Formats: sequence, C-alpha cells, structure tokens
Amino acid sequence: MEIETFYEVMKRQGITRRSFLKFCSLTAASLGLAPSFAPKIAHAMETKPRTPVIWLHGLECTCCSESFIRSAHPLTKDVVLSMLSLDYDDTLMAAAGHQAEEIIADIRKKYKGNFILAVEGNPPLNEDGMYCIHGGRPFVEVLKETAADAKAIISWGSCASWGCVQAAKPNPTQATPVHKVITDKPIIKVPGCPPIAEVMTAVVTYVLTFDRIPELDRQGRPKMFYGQRIHDKCYRRPHFDAGQFVEEWDDEAARKGFCLYKMGCKGPTTYNACSTVRWNNGVSFPIQSGHGCIGCSEDGFWDKGGFYNRVTDIKQFGIEANADKIGGTVAAVAGAAVVAHAAVSALSRARSSQNDQSKGGK
Amino acid sequence: MSVEPQVIDETAAGNTVFVYEGPVRLWHWLNALSIFVLAITGYLIANPLPSVAGEASENFLMGYIRFTHFTAAYVFAIAFLVRIYWALVGNHHAKQLFLLPITDMEWWGGMVQELLWYMFLVKQPRKYVGHNPLAHLCMFFGITVGGIFMIATGFALYGEGAQEGSWAHTVFTSWVIPLFGQSQDVHTWHHMFAWAIVWFIIVHVYAALREDIMSRQTMVSAIVSGSRTFRD
Repeated sequence: MEIETFYEVMKRQGITRRSFLKFCSLTAASLGLAPSFAPKIAHAMETKPRTPVIWLHGLECTCCSESFIRSAHPLTKDVVLSMLSLDYDDTLMAAAGHQAEEIIADIRKKYKGNFILAVEGNPPLNEDGMYCIHGGRPFVEVLKETAADAKAIISWGSCASWGCVQAAKPNPTQATPVHKVITDKPIIKVPGCPPIAEVMTAVVTYVLTFDRIPELDRQGRPKMFYGQRIHDKCYRRPHFDAGQFVEEWDDEAARKGFCLYKMGCKGPTTYNACSTVRWNNGVSFPIQSGHGCIGCSEDGFWDKGGFYNRVTDIKQFGIEANADKIGGTVAAVAGAAVVAHAAVSALSRARSSQNDQSKGGK
Repeated sequence: MSVEPQVIDETAAGNTVFVYEGPVRLWHWLNALSIFVLAITGYLIANPLPSVAGEASENFLMGYIRFTHFTAAYVFAIAFLVRIYWALVGNHHAKQLFLLPITDMEWWGGMVQELLWYMFLVKQPRKYVGHNPLAHLCMFFGITVGGIFMIATGFALYGEGAQEGSWAHTVFTSWVIPLFGQSQDVHTWHHMFAWAIVWFIIVHVYAALREDIMSRQTMVSAIVSGSRTFRD
C-alpha cells in the first residue's frame, strides 16, 4: 500500500473540506493553542504521511479504551478514522487471530522506527511473564519486540504509567510499568484510571500533528494536562480557603457542596485535568458529584492508605497508624519519659545533697 | 573544646565565658517562635478546624492559617540561611550546629559520659563551653537535618500551589516530588518530621532546664545573655 497523508485518508472517507477545517480548529482549541495554529495543523495533515498507531493491551481492565471511545472533542470517530490510523487494537479492530497478528508484523516492517506504540496495561514479569498471554506468547515479549521498532510510546493509564491496582502490594504477578521495561524509547505517560477521554485524544492528536511528543514534566506526563493539581482548579476551592468542610457524607455541608478535604479528597495531591476538562463531554467529575478525588492518576495511589483520610496511614509501621497518631504517641511517651526522668533527677539530687550534709556538707 | 588547656582555663569555677554571639541568640529565639507558629498552623492545615458558617466569600479562615504557615516558613528558612552565613563568619560555637566531629574519639568518649550522666550512672557531668557531645548530636539531627528536610519538603509543597514558574517550584518542587514519587508521600513525610521536631523540642527544653539546675554550668541564661558561668 502507498503511504497516504492524513488529509487523503479523510477525503477518502468522505469528510468535506469544511469539516476538515472545523476539526483542525477544534483540535487547536483542545490543545490550548492559539487560533493561528489551526492552519498549521491543517497544513501538517495535508502534507504529512499518516503515522500508524499500534495499541497493545497488557494486564489491564480496558477502562482506558472505554474512556477513549467516549471522547467528545475531538470525537473518537474523527481521531480513529482520520487522525490516528489505529492499525492494530485488539478490542476495536475487526481482524482476529493470525490476520490480526500479521498487522503488527507488517507495520513493524513498513513503518520501522516510524509508528507510535500505545500501551494500555502493563507486563507482569513474574513466572517469565506467564500471567499475561498475548497471541500465545507472554505480553512482555510482544511489548519489547514491538517497542524496539516504535518511534515513541504512549503509556495509557495508571497501569502502563505506574502499575496501578495489579501492582498493589504484594504484587504477586510483579506487574511492572512500561517505563521500567522499555528504557530506550521516549515514553509519554498519560496516567489516570482511566485517563480523561479528551486528554487521551488530545495527546494522540498532538503527537501526530506536530510529529513530536508534547512537553513532559519530570515524571514524563504532558505538562498541558498534568501541570496542575485538581485542587488548583477545583470549583469548591473557595470553601477550602474559607474553612468550610464536609464533615460527614450526609451533613448539611455536603448538601451545600462544601470542600471534601476532611473526607480525604486527594485533590490537593493529584495532578490531572479533571477539574477543568471534566468527564463525559464536560458533564461532571468526582468532586462535582460529591465524592472526593481518590488520586487515581498518582503513582502508588492504591497503596497510600484510605481514600477517606486526609492524613493517610503509614503502612511501614505495620499497624493502621497515620503521622498524627505516631507523632502524638511518641510525643506523649517523650513527655512521660521527661517527667519520670525529672522525678528521678530530683530524687537523686536530694539524696546526694543529704549524703553531702551527713558527710559534713560542702 | 578544640584545645584542651584552653578548656581547663575557661571552665574554672566562677568563670564566665562569652559563648553565644548576638546573631546566634536572636536566631535561636526567632527559630523557636517560627517553629511554634509552624507546628500549630501545620497541624491545623492537616486537621482543619470545624467549618465556619456563612458565605464562602465572607470567610478566609483556612486561607489565613495557610498564610501564617507560609509566612512563618519564610521566616524560618531565611533565618536558617542567615544562621549558615553566621556559622561561616561567627565564632567557634556558631559552627557547632553544622559540624559533627565524628573522627574525634574524645568527642565520642564525652558522648558516653553524657549518656551515663543521663542514666544516673556518673555523679558529675563534664564541663563544656559550648554544647556537650550528646546535645551537639541532637542539635545536628533535630535542627540542621530536620530544618533542611522541612525547608525542602515544605517549599516543595508550597511550590505545588505556587505552580510552575515560581521559585519554589523551580528550586524544590521540580525534584522533591519526583524523588518521593508523589505529592501525598511528601505531605506524609513533612508531617512526620514536624512531629520529630516536636519530640526534639520536648527533650531540648527539658534537658536545658535540667542542666541549668543540675550541671556545673548555666544554660538558660546563656542563650539569653550569651555568657555561660561555671559553678564549680
């Protein structure tokens, strides 16, 4: 097959010039770019050969895919049919069995070093990777092999980015995030359980239109979506600053929509775009529906104690204890020890001065 | 302490030695005040007061508590920096807080003696112009290590709110958060070390008062006037 540009593919699918330009300006807007970028995106799509994407599934629950197909702007339909030539995705494609596996081999050959590998889920490494089998082989082998020819990797969701619940202690399958297995390719982490649909499509769109990976923070997440905490843009933030908190789930404060900080909301420690982009075409997000953020896009959120505690438990101490309990207990013990030590000091001083006096004094 | 004959001279009974220079004493009390404010406001940030009534726009309680915490944190950090400067230009005792003479066997011997003294196993403590070795060790870990840890984690958390582009984000947040893995862990450790400093203060205040009464030199008046008097 001949290598086509994005626009040619779109035209072939009957998308009008008008719709194409609308799509370009919407994409520019969703990426937070100036209107002047719309023609640049259009130009790129008219001239650049389309970049194929292989979407592999490891140890995961498919919530990333479920989220992805609900993207509203850009519509997944547009992304999948026009932008992203999603040549391989075992949950979305029609092909199956040997035909499906041939596609990977074809793309690896034809687009060597020039396709994007999107990974949903992660490889379990224990028992030589036998806990996740892909086409009769351990997933970790398929991942390493495919990644070797890829241009860049997108780690979808908290599974691929951090490990997620399957990596929770004691992690029997030794589920391992992608960046710890593939170390020689640029990796874009798009964490979340699942990530926001619009964030996923926007990341793909950015990579394909600009032919480079978006600016990442030190932990490898795109800054444009993970640069701020939920708390920084939360619409309940004024209640936090005022000192108005929900104390119990069914209290008056909960009905009034006060801050969920005391209910263990992880908004202040979670980097994601939920409070700005929101979910389901911008309808709502957890805090808006009255439940605190659980921090699903943060590394290790599954092992950090309760979702409903502000000061979370420290598991290293073996019992359920948080910093306040441990700190307070030790402070009380130290205080008691000080009192006891002072008492003994006073006693021994009294005794020694008695001794001095009986010996004739100083 | 460094030169033996000098120590014998200085610590003679009834002798008064100038130990803590003005900036050191000023720093001590400023430090004490800022830690006091930081500990209380910090506790209230992690465990907020009961909700206030009325419109959100009419109240700013949490905002004021956080503002006080951040202001006290700036005072603590700047005082710490000035204290480091004074360690460079000040007298021998001003340097003690930042250096542990771990290769000095006599220092370790003094440590054992102090421990025995606290376990009521020796009748009389030794005399020191500056900190005794045990106090020296506690100061180093409680104030120097603890202070640096709290400044680094504290400003890393502050930089999260101040966001990218702020000095706190550039200098601290950008590497502290990735180092710990995520923000929640930094919060937990910041909290834990705050408690460790509370433990330090309990022991520090007790030891200072006790030594003032029971040891052979003045303690509390030394950090007020700067001079230490030896009793016997």
